[in-house]
Amino acid sequence: MQPFVKHSGIVAPIDRPNIDTDQIIPKQFLKRIERTGFGQFLFYDWRYRNDGSDNPDFILNQPPYDKATILLARQNFGCGSSREHAPWALLDYGFRVIIAPSLADIFYNNCFKNGILPIRLDEAQVDQLFERALKQPGYKLTVDLESTQISDDQGLSIPFEVDAFRRQCLLEGLDDISLTLEHEDKIAAYERAHGIVAD
Amino acid sequence: MNQTPGAPRTMFEKIWDEHVVHAEEGKQTILYIDLHLVHEVTSPQAFEGLRLAGRRVRRPERTVATADHNVPTTDRSLPIADPISKQQIDTLRANCREFGIRFYDLNDEHQGIVHVIGPELGYTQPGMTIVCGDSHTSTHGALGALAFGIGTSEVEHVLATQTLAQYRPKSMEIRVDGSLGTGVTAKDLVLYLIGQLTTAGGTGYCIEYTGSAIRELSIEQRMTVCNMTIEAGARAGMIAPDEKTFEYLRGRPFAPADFDAAVERWKQLPTDPGAVYDRVEVFHARDVCPQVTWGTNPGQVAPISGRVPDPAEIEDTNQRKAAAQALDYMGLEPGTPITDIRIDRVFIGSCTNSRIEDLRAAASVVRGRRVADSVSAMVVPGSGLVKQQAEAEGLDRIFREAGFEWREAGCSMCLGMNPDTLEPGERCASTSNRNFEGRQGKGGRTHLVSPAMAAAAAVAGHFVDVREWNTEG
Ligand code: SF4
Repeated sequence: MQPFVKHSGIVAPIDRPNIDTDQIIPKQFLKRIERTGFGQFLFYDWRYRNDGSDNPDFILNQPPYDKATILLARQNFGCGSSREHAPWALLDYGFRVIIAPSLADIFYNNCFKNGILPIRLDEAQVDQLFERALKQPGYKLTVDLESTQISDDQGLSIPFEVDAFRRQCLLEGLDDISLTLEHEDKIAAYERAHGIVAD
Repeated sequence: MNQTPGAPRTMFEKIWDEHVVHAEEGKQTILYIDLHLVHEVTSPQAFEGLRLAGRRVRRPERTVATADHNVPTTDRSLPIADPISKQQIDTLRANCREFGIRFYDLNDEHQGIVHVIGPELGYTQPGMTIVCGDSHTSTHGALGALAFGIGTSEVEHVLATQTLAQYRPKSMEIRVDGSLGTGVTAKDLVLYLIGQLTTAGGTGYCIEYTGSAIRELSIEQRMTVCNMTIEAGARAGMIAPDEKTFEYLRGRPFAPADFDAAVERWKQLPTDPGAVYDRVEVFHARDVCPQVTWGTNPGQVAPISGRVPDPAEIEDTNQRKAAAQALDYMGLEPGTPITDIRIDRVFIGSCTNSRIEDLRAAASVVRGRRVADSVSAMVVPGSGLVKQQAEAEGLDRIFREAGFEWREAGCSMCLGMNPDTLEPGERCASTSNRNFEGRQGKGGRTHLVSPAMAAAAAVAGHFVDVREWNTEG
């Protein structure tokens, strides 16, 4: 997995609560058997009109937001299905950070497996970021996972919380399966003790 | 953790503790997974990952696969028309062969929606840890299992290690006292609960449902409740096993060989008196009426006697905005009585409501009646076995004579990955679990209801209170 240490980028604010995984990537695009190439389908129904052309009303089609790599959203972002295609699409499009007051559990977890940093902030802090990002197109944030700080070049600095273990995994780009397999002996012992395999 | 030995524990704690392979302060706990269910949409990248790393499936005998999301629900003897859907199903078939996993293929009578066939075949058992790359895995908690959905990276993790690294969720008891009224179903109950909790209200929790109204539910109805637990944002939903659970499982093909010994073990699972949950919410069944969603998330729901809300009257800014956006998408005016909402389509199916009891409930409403001329309606049984059973009982005839289409098993219009979709602007009464924008087809408008309510709406052409319908009928 691609490590995440520090990232600076343009913020795209999408002012809606409960953005679900069907919006992030509609089901007709879940049929691929690869992990890559999903970025073109991100927010498909909002991004494209019925005839397939870009919908100019959607923020990601408006420069400079089309270059955004940090997504700002409202509560319960990523609710709905467990499809990891949602973080794959966000990552493939170029997003490395999602900031929202709350994120759905499975989605939140899936982000960490793919080198995306999901950040929960207070409503008031999110409001403040929305204000800045909407007023100043091209508004940039720097997200530093080492110091767990978000900052802009206007003196704003917001600390954020992330669980220590997940932080370490992201910083080092660690692969979960290898970490677990360090305890292979314990898995085997568990299986023997529970009669899952013969002694 | 750090508990005095012998201290009272919740069912969730008992199952969790029993499955800890390795725990370390400040890190995720490695949990053993008893049963891993696999389907075609969320697994190909996981198998590919295994191959790239040169890994095997650790416990193929604890892994069960079926194709459900993409499958056509029309004639199975025909080839799958969509080449990409076909490729995904072919890929699962090949992966199962390569890694030695049992696969219920399209022509197998046991094929069906993964959350329908797990319990039906007796794979799902009390006390188990069960995962699947699908959020509605919470369904299996109805039999007293700890069951939850995972992403594809985690699917790969389970395939490779038969374990999962997890943080322990918090526990919530939802107690429902009293009894549900006539014509009020488990679907109405769970929609009501989501409306009360909101779609993010359960985030971070594993919910255990208790109370007389829950105990009175059949096992299939309990599955409906646990199935939609994820729509309240919760990780998992569970209901303690009881005599109904044991009777449900007895004689199922994959039930334990020494069944009585298993029952004795299962009896130890229910939450001990005095055990403490992190949060407790209490509701009363008499407050639950037949429910209809009006918006674009399952928490945007009203009783059948109610009206479409006026966003202007909603205090919370975010909820107000969300309601206004939802009404705009749904093409509804504030204040419209729910019973005035006319529909174009009816879908009876999905892992929420496609079991035999659901089909019986719907059939009893349409028996001897006709689907309204303006409505097209279909029934998609949850599995091949449900379909067989329904046909043996003559339900297919009742539906067909009433003008419903009678289909093959699969997810179908629950998410419309196969050709079963809504047209833009079409309005559907659906027994599925998500009314998200575009879920059933771009521009489609979904109202979530119980099977009986969907059936009644099919006949009337608009929503009706099935409780009055029964007395008229
Ligand atoms: S029926 Fe619907 S919710 Fe259930 S597994 Fe299939 S697609 Fe998912």
